[in-house]
This record gives sequence, C-alpha cells and structure tokens, in this order.
Amino acid sequence: MQSMHSAGERTARGNLSGRKQAGWLHYFANPGRFARFARPILPWLGAVSALLVVIGIVWGYAFAPADFQQGNAARIMYVHVPAAWVSMSGYAMLALCSFFSLVWRHPLADIAAEEIGPVGAGFTFICLVSGALWGRPTWGTYWVWDARLTSVLILFFLYLGHIALVRGFESRERGYRAGAILALAGVVNLPIIVFSVQWWNTLHQGNSFSLSGSSIYPSMLYPLLVATLGFYLCFLTLVLARVLAAIMERKTSSLLLANAERDA
Amino acid sequence: MIEHLDPWPFINGAYGISVLFLAGTALLTWRRLRQAAKRLAQTEAS
Repeated sequence: MQSMHSAGERTARGNLSGRKQAGWLHYFANPGRFARFARPILPWLGAVSALLVVIGIVWGYAFAPADFQQGNAARIMYVHVPAAWVSMSGYAMLALCSFFSLVWRHPLADIAAEEIGPVGAGFTFICLVSGALWGRPTWGTYWVWDARLTSVLILFFLYLGHIALVRGFESRERGYRAGAILALAGVVNLPIIVFSVQWWNTLHQGNSFSLSGSSIYPSMLYPLLVATLGFYLCFLTLVLARVLAAIMERKTSSLLLANAERDA
Repeated sequence: MIEHLDPWPFINGAYGISVLFLAGTALLTWRRLRQAAKRLAQTEAS
C-alpha cells in the first residue's frame, strides 16, 4: 500500500514536472513574449559573437602554428570546421523546430524554421567553398565525389529545398507543413555526414574529435574552439535577429489588414 | 603526384569569403531588423 502510494506520488510529481517543462516551452512559443525576451539579449549576443569570431579568425590566420604535414594550408581549418559544425547543428535546429511545428503547431517554430534555412544554407556554402579551397593545395583537386563532400552537398540542397518549399505555396501553412516534413526526413543525412569518414574510404580526413577527446594539439585547438564558439553565437544572433524581424513584419501586416478592414 | 602550390591565395580566398559572408549577412539582417521596427512603429502610430 505504502509503495503504491509512493509510486502514485512519484508519477504525479513526474507529470507535474513534465507539465512545467511543457509550460515553459509553450510560454516562450508566443511570438510577442519571445520578442520581448529576445530583444534586449540581441545586442549583447551580437557583440560577443563578433568579438569571438574576430579573435578566432585572426588567431587562426596569423598566430596559430602551421601544420607539420599540410603547412599553412591547414589554417583554412579555422573557418572550414566551424562552418561545417554550424551547418549541421543548424539543420538539427531546423528539424527540431519542424518537429515542434508538426506536433504542437507553434507559430514561433514555423517562423524559426523559415529563418534558420537561409542562414544554415549560407554556412553550408562557406563550408563547401572553404573545403574546396583547402582541397586544391592538399589533395590536388577542388572536388571529389567522396562520401563526406557529397553528403555535405546534399545538406546544402536540403537547406535550399526547405527554403523553396516554405515559400513555394499560396498558403503559408501548407508551405510550413511541407518544409517541416522535408526537414525531418533530411535528418537521416546528419549521421551519414558524421560517420561517412568511418563507413567509407574517403579522401577527406577522419574525425579529429570523439567522445574520448581531440587529436589536435592545444596551440591549434584553442583558436579552433574560439572560432567555433564565435560562429555558433553568430548563427544564433543572425537567426534571433531574423526571427524578431519576421515577428515585427507579421505584426505590421496584421495591423495594416485590421486598419484596412476598419476603413472599408 | 600532387603539384606544390603556394597555399596563401587559397587561405586568403577561404578567409575572404567567410568574412564577406558573415559581414554581409550581419549587415543585411541588421537593415531588415531596423526597417521592420521602423515600419511597425509607423503603423502603430497611424
């Protein structure tokens, strides 16, 4: 009896905690509330991300040591690797927003997914171009159809597909649903990108980071981590600013529509 | 055999396109945000 009572209490507490978590999620899913929360954060986030990007890039370009095998060409790593990580994390965020959009129909999730697409595509483009520029002096070619390069190119096309789908319907709602389904289906590409260098023989080097640590020497690792943090914060700043702008644009449109209806 | 190339044009190109992208998107996003805020303020005032 005692144990049943405790189990019941535990379940009730679990439900309450789950409801609290869901409540927190729903609380910030309101676009107006989210805008009031995000607006004061944005300038600080922008300043910190710009500072970290500048420090990381200058450190990598001018002060980090040259690689013992690749020489100075390895300096491209300080823009290529952060762009690659951000492009994959950005897609994971896009898929998460799409999931929230399909399950809970949060309007903020739709706006966020719409605004993540172009920023993520931009970072993926930087990853592809910097990778090609790194490939020429080290591999002797800009491009090979190896598994890592091809899967990242597919990621770029997934971003472009999402951008086109979201904007390609007369009804905004239908565009969001179609884009969300594409984004969720495309998640399968993320583990393929990560493990492609283990599953297939690729010209691209293996992963330098794993759960057990990093194979990069600290004098090269620190500028890489600073640049990566800067790129991540830069991505967040850009997405946050675009979401805020989109919320304001929608509010303007609905006010104009209400004014027009009142005048008619 | 891989021909040995001066890597600096490639390094400069990679950094150049990354900086241009980051600065360009930051500028465009800031302009969009400012315009959206301005239009909303005008609409609310009218």
